[in-house]
Amino acid sequence: MMPLKKNQRCIPLCFAAVATVCLTGADWLQFRGTDISGVSLDSSIPATWSEDQNIAWKVGLPGRGLSCPIVIGDKVVVTASTGFHQNRLHVLCFDRSSGDTVWHRQFLATGRTMTHPKMCNATPTPASDGERIYAFFSSNDLACLDLDGNLLWYRGLTYDFPNASNSLGMSSSPIVVDDTLIVQVENDAESFATGIDVLTGVSRWKKDRPKRANWTSPTFSKNADGSSLALLQSSAGIEAVNPKSGETAWEYKDGASTIPSSVVSSDYVFIPSNGLTVLRTGDGNPSDVLWNDNRLGPSTPSPVVVNGRVYVINRAGVLQAADMTTGNILWRLRLTGPFSATPVVAGKHMIVFNEKGSGQVVDISGEEGELVGTNELAETILGTPAVSGNEMFVRSDGHLWKIAAE
Amino acid sequence: MRWLIAASLTLLVVSPFAQAAQPESIKTIKAVGNEGKGNAAALTAVKQLQKQSTAADLPALLDSFSVASPLAANYLRNVVEAVADRETAAGKSLPADALRSIVFDTKRDPRARRLAYEVLLHVDADASKEIIPQLLQDPSPEFRRDAVQQLIDQAATQEDKEVKLDTFRKALLGATDADQVKAIAKGIREQGDDVSLVKHFGFLTDWKIIGPFNNRDFVGFAESYPPEKKLDLEAKLMGQLGEVTWGDITTGDEYGIIDIAKTISPYKGAVMYLTTTFDSPSARDVQFRFGTPNAWKIWVNGKYVFGRDEYHRGMAIDQYTVPATLKKGQNVILLKLCQNEQDDSWAQRYQIQFRVSDASGVAIHSGATSRKAAALPQNSKNNLTAQKEGTR
Repeated sequence: MMPLKKNQRCIPLCFAAVATVCLTGADWLQFRGTDISGVSLDSSIPATWSEDQNIAWKVGLPGRGLSCPIVIGDKVVVTASTGFHQNRLHVLCFDRSSGDTVWHRQFLATGRTMTHPKMCNATPTPASDGERIYAFFSSNDLACLDLDGNLLWYRGLTYDFPNASNSLGMSSSPIVVDDTLIVQVENDAESFATGIDVLTGVSRWKKDRPKRANWTSPTFSKNADGSSLALLQSSAGIEAVNPKSGETAWEYKDGASTIPSSVVSSDYVFIPSNGLTVLRTGDGNPSDVLWNDNRLGPSTPSPVVVNGRVYVINRAGVLQAADMTTGNILWRLRLTGPFSATPVVAGKHMIVFNEKGSGQVVDISGEEGELVGTNELAETILGTPAVSGNEMFVRSDGHLWKIAAE
Repeated sequence: MRWLIAASLTLLVVSPFAQAAQPESIKTIKAVGNEGKGNAAALTAVKQLQKQSTAADLPALLDSFSVASPLAANYLRNVVEAVADRETAAGKSLPADALRSIVFDTKRDPRARRLAYEVLLHVDADASKEIIPQLLQDPSPEFRRDAVQQLIDQAATQEDKEVKLDTFRKALLGATDADQVKAIAKGIREQGDDVSLVKHFGFLTDWKIIGPFNNRDFVGFAESYPPEKKLDLEAKLMGQLGEVTWGDITTGDEYGIIDIAKTISPYKGAVMYLTTTFDSPSARDVQFRFGTPNAWKIWVNGKYVFGRDEYHRGMAIDQYTVPATLKKGQNVILLKLCQNEQDDSWAQRYQIQFRVSDASGVAIHSGATSRKAAALPQNSKNNLTAQKEGTR
């Protein structure tokens, strides 16, 4: 909790009135960005940065987090957790230009906070619709705040459903689809997904899901008529549901990973299943497999699709590029792992942070991928960066950086 | 006394709070319930409270934490934070003396006291030096942790062996978090003294055990075997591998781990039941705190308390915290511990550590529970033999 600076106090009131107008493609509103692609083609991020070059600011964070920053207009929002039992939940808002703290709100967890030591309570990435922030935690605490840090509603999903937890921690990041917050709370004991009305915090629907630990995040696809489907991944496969009703539209039942998440590009769905499996939702049966290749199985990072290619990082730390329509492998590039964060794309650059804080920049515009920069932040980085405009935001357990060309 | 007077004056200043609309808003916020019940009304109440409250109202807002549910407390916390931020940004002073008084009033809600302390730090950044050392055995785990850490840090700089030992011993009085207790135990032992972690944490080390019963294909978790229906320690029951009877199991493990796989048998697809008695001098609410990588169910005095169908997702001290109510006198605790059939090397543990504590994690000891097991060498051969025979 930090006081607002005097020159920032007028910002929320002005901003609230024009929040919708201010929303642009530059916002990065949830895990892997607003469209959950991890791609910002209009952006440009420098290939190199260091303490003296291309780091606009670096600010301290009060606690650990694997969650990613999100960018809403002139605000950067990050979550963190602190305390021996990780029961102190933090939601922090920074001024995008200066890195100054705009507000800092804290809550006490109402659910179980135990996680594997590599994870922490602040593992899921918050989501936003540009007007509200939905901060979700491993303890299944869910706080909805306005852009000024005022609490709009609060849910404790483990408080509601006491066996909904995982002793290793939960990591699924919620997404906003059709004014509904899609939340997957999937574990061995009490497993469910729910669609929550963003205005009230009350569930529109709740449905049982496979009783097995699942760390993947939902994504969404567009139907030909423009309507959306939320795609729920689990060890069983993919279940596409109507975001407002939870009604199942179609299912892919051949199993899927419980760690890397699926990605959608146009009407293709790329699923970490039996390696990598691709469905095409445009015509015919959406669950029909277009192609599959067990050499393209991703490790912890999720696949990325851009400019007709799908990219995956395998367990050996090799970045592989394949044709998105055929699966033909085009090139491979060995990077320095290990990796937890999913790569992001800014213009011609793919940026991949390994767990030791090494930001590796790959030029993916040519026939072959080329490593054009390796930048050490020298702290553990497990969360995926956010890209907005020509700026990138990345967090460690201790800091948040803004990286941009000077 | 200075704080008391100051607090009284502050409460006089904020008395309009009680006459305004805030109490109704607080009541509305405290009515929020499960599954979003009351959210809409609470939203309006939060806005109203934030708008109408000033710095002088902070003590009254902190008062409202009393008997607030965890959900409602988070709403109230947000109001306090927002008001404190706004008033600070506007250059208004916060009621430091009243906040300090709240911090020291252990009859108040620990969440409110800690929040008062955090707000106070914005006014007086050095307040921790004065406040924290006085809260070593505070009901608030966060205050206690800070006080313990100050002593651990202090001991690290002390050179005199006796002084250092005294500091560690003092720190142990307030320590409940495993990392701090381990650090203190290490410090004490390095000075040539010893400490019983079993006693400090209050691990229950003496149990009766019976089994195995069938849990192939996970059928055992839901199945009610005879010990769940009637606890008869003289019974001869048909188990998974033949007739079974109740036997003793104890542990000499420093952290009170009852290790079925190592001390009895690495059963797979099995259910074991454990029971012990806990003598409580009065009827009271307690917490069962335990860690296990296995699925479990728990009953106290024949009443089902909770269960969890999860296997091999880690184990830690106080992994689970389950509220329970004890009656005066002997209380019978029954555990059901289930092992699955995974053959992965990391999925072989079949164990539990169990203790009874108050709400802040301080051990509650049974008047009737023997501590002699703590002195037994770990994995005593004679002990193992007795256990194996007793459970077949």
